[in-house]
Amino acid sequence: MGLDFTVVPGHLDIILLGCAWTIGIAVAAALLSFFGGIVFAVIALYAPWIIRQPFRLIEWVFMGTPLLLQLFLIYFGLVQIGIDLPAFVAGIIGLGLHFAVYNSELIQTAILSVDKGQMEAARTVGLSRGQALRKVVIPQAVRDVIPPIGNNMIALLKDSALVSVIGVSELTLSAQRAIGATYRPFEFYLVAAMFYYVINLCMEWVQRRIERRISISR
Amino acid sequence: MDIDLMMRVYPFFLTAAWTTIQLSVLTALLGLAMGALGASARLSRFALVRFIGAAYVSLFRGTPALIQLFILYFGGPQIGIQLDAFEAGVIGLGINAGAYMTETIRGAIISIDKGQREAGRTLGLSQWQATYKIILPQAARLMVRPLGVNLNMLIKATALVAAISVVELTYTAQRYIGSTYKPFEMFLLAGVLYMIIIYATGRAVAWLDRRVQIT
Repeated sequence: MGLDFTVVPGHLDIILLGCAWTIGIAVAAALLSFFGGIVFAVIALYAPWIIRQPFRLIEWVFMGTPLLLQLFLIYFGLVQIGIDLPAFVAGIIGLGLHFAVYNSELIQTAILSVDKGQMEAARTVGLSRGQALRKVVIPQAVRDVIPPIGNNMIALLKDSALVSVIGVSELTLSAQRAIGATYRPFEFYLVAAMFYYVINLCMEWVQRRIERRISISR
Repeated sequence: MDIDLMMRVYPFFLTAAWTTIQLSVLTALLGLAMGALGASARLSRFALVRFIGAAYVSLFRGTPALIQLFILYFGGPQIGIQLDAFEAGVIGLGINAGAYMTETIRGAIISIDKGQREAGRTLGLSQWQATYKIILPQAARLMVRPLGVNLNMLIKATALVAAISVVELTYTAQRYIGSTYKPFEMFLLAGVLYMIIIYATGRAVAWLDRRVQIT
């Protein structure tokens, strides 16, 4: 059948729209995973035993099963308990929670490696435990952990392709739509891959800049 | 929770888990081979070969594995590559995993002190001999644990082949969720099997890691 890239420009509009959706979903899920990661880390470290242990079990399940399977659970599970969310919201929640667990692992280690004296000093000047965590310990931990979290966010961008499977019209599903109209899978998947690659390069560039900033501020 | 239903369908999940294991093993073997090849390319004396190695890593780590799989499986026939879904899954995921393993293997090799090679050369070993008898045995020890992480990711990544209809664990779960509307039960069945596979693999890697350390 051969390759024919001349069919691509005619469908570039839906590819670009899909691209915008991919970026939107990735950004929303990234924010959810970042703040969720902080909350999860605090729960895993400081919540009472009765909350902490079941929570760790859930974290363990999230790390031991594939994201795609989790997306099916969240998408169909929410529908079953009567919450009928649009697919893209389910996708953001699934991606966000999945990566929040991975971020939480990083943040936990970082919180534990912040010098104990920081907490003690904060308590001495009259902050409560919660305030000391929020204003003194966590900001320092988060700074240390930004480079590895950046890697997770790049992984999140690539894994956002999975939400096409539950019917979110992001870049991958847009490519599939174009393929449905043209029967040209190779061309359109390659174009989609190119877009992912470019977004990925931009993220790596931003990550390098942030890392440089952090190393200067230290 | 519908235990009866779970008891009825679990044999299908066991069969599917076996497919997941086969996929994982074949993908890991191909990934290791690609990783060794990629690492040799990235450490080559020739700039062109180094460039090819770097491009392989960058392109395959920089795009979603799902898209790579789709290009191979759906786009392959257009350039004369006819594969069934299982073969496409193994080859696609193996090449993808190889890009990650390239970096793991390369990282272990370059972390061996340069003096080791120089000492080997001084004793009259050739460049190749120094690599195979001095550098690699030491680097291999350092690789076990990070390759274990790669393996863990790879096992979870085999779920992607559900999207090209290979009947493995995730595909089976998806199909039964669709026909029974019991997402939680099906997730539990598939999830437990995944976690057994991943836990067993993790233990095996930890055992191997202990074995290869110098005490």
